[in-house]
Order: sequence, then structure tokens, then C-alpha cells
Amino acid sequence: MVGLTGGGNHPARPAALAAGRAARESRGRLLALLSAAAGDLTAAEDALADAFEQALRTWPARGIPDNPDGWLLTVARNRLRDRWKSAAARRTVALDPERDSPAYDQQWDFDLIPDRRLELMLVCAHPAIDRTMHTPLMLDTVLGFTAAQIAVAFAMPTATMATRLVRAKKRIKAAGIPFRLPDRDDLPGRMAAVLEAVYGAYVIDWATTGPQPRTLPGEAGYLAEILTTLVPGDPEAHGLAALVQFSSARAAARTGAGGRFVPLTEQDTTRWDPDLIGRAHDHLRAAHACGRLGRFQLEAGIQAVHCARARTGTTDWPSLLDLHRLLQTIAPSLGGGVALAAVTAEVDGAAAGLARLDELLAGAGAAGGRFQPARVLRAHLLERLGRIGEAAGAYDSAVDLTHDPRERSHLRERRAALRN
Amino acid sequence: MRYALLMHYAEPAAGELSEEVVAEARRAFDVYAKALDQAGVLRLADVLRSSDATTTVTRRDGGLRVQDGPFAETREALAGVFLIDVPDLDAAIGWAEKCPGTQWGFVEIRPVATAFLDGRWSA
Repeated sequence: MVGLTGGGNHPARPAALAAGRAARESRGRLLALLSAAAGDLTAAEDALADAFEQALRTWPARGIPDNPDGWLLTVARNRLRDRWKSAAARRTVALDPERDSPAYDQQWDFDLIPDRRLELMLVCAHPAIDRTMHTPLMLDTVLGFTAAQIAVAFAMPTATMATRLVRAKKRIKAAGIPFRLPDRDDLPGRMAAVLEAVYGAYVIDWATTGPQPRTLPGEAGYLAEILTTLVPGDPEAHGLAALVQFSSARAAARTGAGGRFVPLTEQDTTRWDPDLIGRAHDHLRAAHACGRLGRFQLEAGIQAVHCARARTGTTDWPSLLDLHRLLQTIAPSLGGGVALAAVTAEVDGAAAGLARLDELLAGAGAAGGRFQPARVLRAHLLERLGRIGEAAGAYDSAVDLTHDPRERSHLRERRAALRN
Repeated sequence: MRYALLMHYAEPAAGELSEEVVAEARRAFDVYAKALDQAGVLRLADVLRSSDATTTVTRRDGGLRVQDGPFAETREALAGVFLIDVPDLDAAIGWAEKCPGTQWGFVEIRPVATAFLDGRWSA
């Protein structure tokens, strides 16, 4: 994700990344537990910040405790209790290391500390919270990113993002949004919102523009992985994890020589990441074992068929057509409709694909006219049908709607090649 | 937590609703209030007369001003209040969903900041 994982200009540092994630992971778990106890994210964050500050002051002299997370949790809990006891004193009374430090013989087993991150994610994606804040709240609370980092990813001023995060957290407390699993009847709908928010972290890779590199999948894949450990029996969580992993497995191949944009069907499959593809297949198998089909599993299935080209050397278009048809049936969308038209063109010919696309656009109104993938596909199909004059115009309107500089130059090249 | 469920809806013109419709709405509110009561969460239930019966009083601009009608003319008017005491917002949403007023209007769920109970304002 842009701005969150350090950008693509730096070589990957797996050890540093893993260490950073471990620290953030334990912070997320501690915050989830503390805020569930307090019903107040802001107070829990303050208490945890106090605990970290105290750790920085006392650990260098006393040594790192055997169980750092347990130590932090105990100190933070004491801070929360102090706040409850005396709201007025909390700004004036200094920390007392003797009182606030847990005894060293008090051992915590981190694995025994309950994991309340699902409750935290459900709060972040609660229907009473503005939808546009679901994903930023998750990145902030579950993964511990700062408002500045999240603001970059969403192409928004830091102050704006910070204000919105603060407002959302205050609202959680003021409105009394509970940190607990919803009733069985409500759970499917609430889980759908959690999945949407994680998916939101995945799609900002595509929504961001400008010169910054897009370090897909960044944290969406990580968030999806966490979710599958929290709800291992939810097939859609596995489907979403698989979807993000299949897509991120191809990240390197998306850029060719000189930073050129390379479309999926022209990508060099030896540059795809076989480990990630393997993990994605594991998730798809786990999803399949649950026996309930859903939108994210279908999208992952589509990605799996594309990734199979690395093994077979060809793309199984008829299977893709079936999957896209099914996806449009259970979760119709403009993007899904355009993809279905593209696959139809591969199976039944460019004329059939164009007919389907134009039918879709006729029903989509103004939104269809502004939808960049639809414009791009229309240009490609007109070119294939030899309708060069119309294709040139279609490429021009596609270029106008394309924000990514690499894809824009790719489309300009295709437009220029029409004349030859 | 105490929550006010504030019902807002467009007020019907005189004679717009048939007696049947009004009777049905009364029955629905009766069932709803009894359900809240039996669950032990109901603190207050008031359905208001239409806003043409409203009088508004203010001293904001200095002298006392008494005015006929609501302080702001809106298409949807405050039509009733249910005050409930439930553990959290999810529970409040659960009760608001079942409020008959949702069928023809909106129910706003507002947490209570402080309440005068047992002779003093609660913290």
C-alpha cells in the first residue's frame, strides 16, 4: 500500500518488515483487549502509549521483562484504572514506576491473552461509523499505522485524516458502540462490513494515483491473513485473503522495462511469486471446505485461473467466463460487468464482447461513461474489430480517464500504434 | 446506557389518514411499547401531537418571545420519544429497528449525556 510499507524504491527488507509487523501485531492485540475492557478506544490508546513510554524509561535500566506484552498490558491496565479512579488527577500525577510496574514474578503467557481483534475490527466497521472511515480505522487501530501514513495512502491531508480518526473514536465511546461479537442474526451482515473494510485496504492500491509506487498488497493481505486466524470458519475471509495474495503475487510482473505498464495477459509468469500463489491456494481450499460460496471466493477463483497460466502456459477462458457469470449473478457490479464483457470477447469473439459491453454501458448511465476500465476495454475491442477510427477516439477518452501515469503511457502507445 | 429514540416523520394533513390506518398505527405502538416494557428497558414513551399545536418560547435575543409553531419549519417533524436503558448501541439499534415509526419516517438514536435521577444529575 502506498506510503504504508515504505514504497518500492527501497529493496525489501523481510527481517525489518517482520520485526515491525510483530511489534504492530502485539500492539493491535493489546489495544483490542484494553479498549474492549474500557469501551473506549481513545483511553485505551492513551494508556497503552503511557505503558510504552514507561517501558522505554525502565527497560534499559532494569532489562527487558520475560514477557514484554504481559508487562505492557499490566501497566496499561493500571493506567486505565487510575483514569477511572481520578479523571481530574490523570494530567497532573506523574507515573510511579514502583506502583505501575508489574512484579516480575507475575508471568503472562501472551498466547493466553485473549485475542479481541475481531471485536475491534467489528467496531471499526460498525454501521454507525461512517463507511469511508472503516478502512482507515482498521489500519490505525488493528495495524497501528499513524494518521500521517494512512493519509498518504488515501491521498488526503494528514490533518484531515487525523481529525476524522479522532472524531470516529470519540463517536465509538459517545454512541456506546460495544466491543463484543454481535448476535447470531446480525453477525453475517457485520462480518460483511469487516470484509468490505479489509477489501477497502486492498483497493486503495488501485485508487491511488500519482508518481508514488504502489506497493501492492501491502497491508491488505496482512489484515486479511489476521482475519482468517480470527474467523477460520468464514469462507469469505479465506476468499478475500486468497484474492489479495493472488493479485499481489503478480505485482512485480505488472511493471516492465523502464517502468512500463504490463497488462495481465502479457505478463512474464516467471516473475510471479509462486509462494504467494501457493498460500492463496491454501486459503481457497480452506474456503471450499466451509461449503458456502461467496463473492470474494469467486473473485479469488478468477485470479486463480489467471495465475494457472504460470503452470499451463495458456488461459482457460471458458472457465473464466463461467466464474464471471456467477460473480455477476450473486454480486453484480459495473467492474464485474466490464470484466465479463472482456472474457466474453475471448471466448465468443470481440463482436460478442463489444455487444455485451455496450449493453452494460447503456444501462449504467453517466457512471458507465466515466468508468475507465469500460473505456479501455471498448478501445481494445474496437481495435480488434478493425474499426480503427472509432478505436482512436475510444483510446483518447480512455486516456483522459486514466490517472496512473504508466497505464496512461501504455494506452497512448496503443493509440499511436493504430496508425501503422 | 440511556438512549432517546426520537421519531421524525412528515405530518399527515387533516383527513389524510383513514381511521383504519390510524388504528393500525396505534396497535403497532401498543405492541411495541409493551415489548419494551416487558424487556424492562422502557423509561418513557411519549407520542407528540402534530407541530401545529406547538408553542415555542425563547429569551435568546433578550426579551421573552412566545411564538406560535415550532422553532424551525421542517418537512419532517419530531413526532415522539421513547427513552430506553440498554447496554449499548447495538441493543438500541435493535429496538429502534422495531419501532413502528421507521415504517413511515426516521428514528434517531441519541445517547443520553446526563439524566436527573433520584434527585440529582447522574455523572
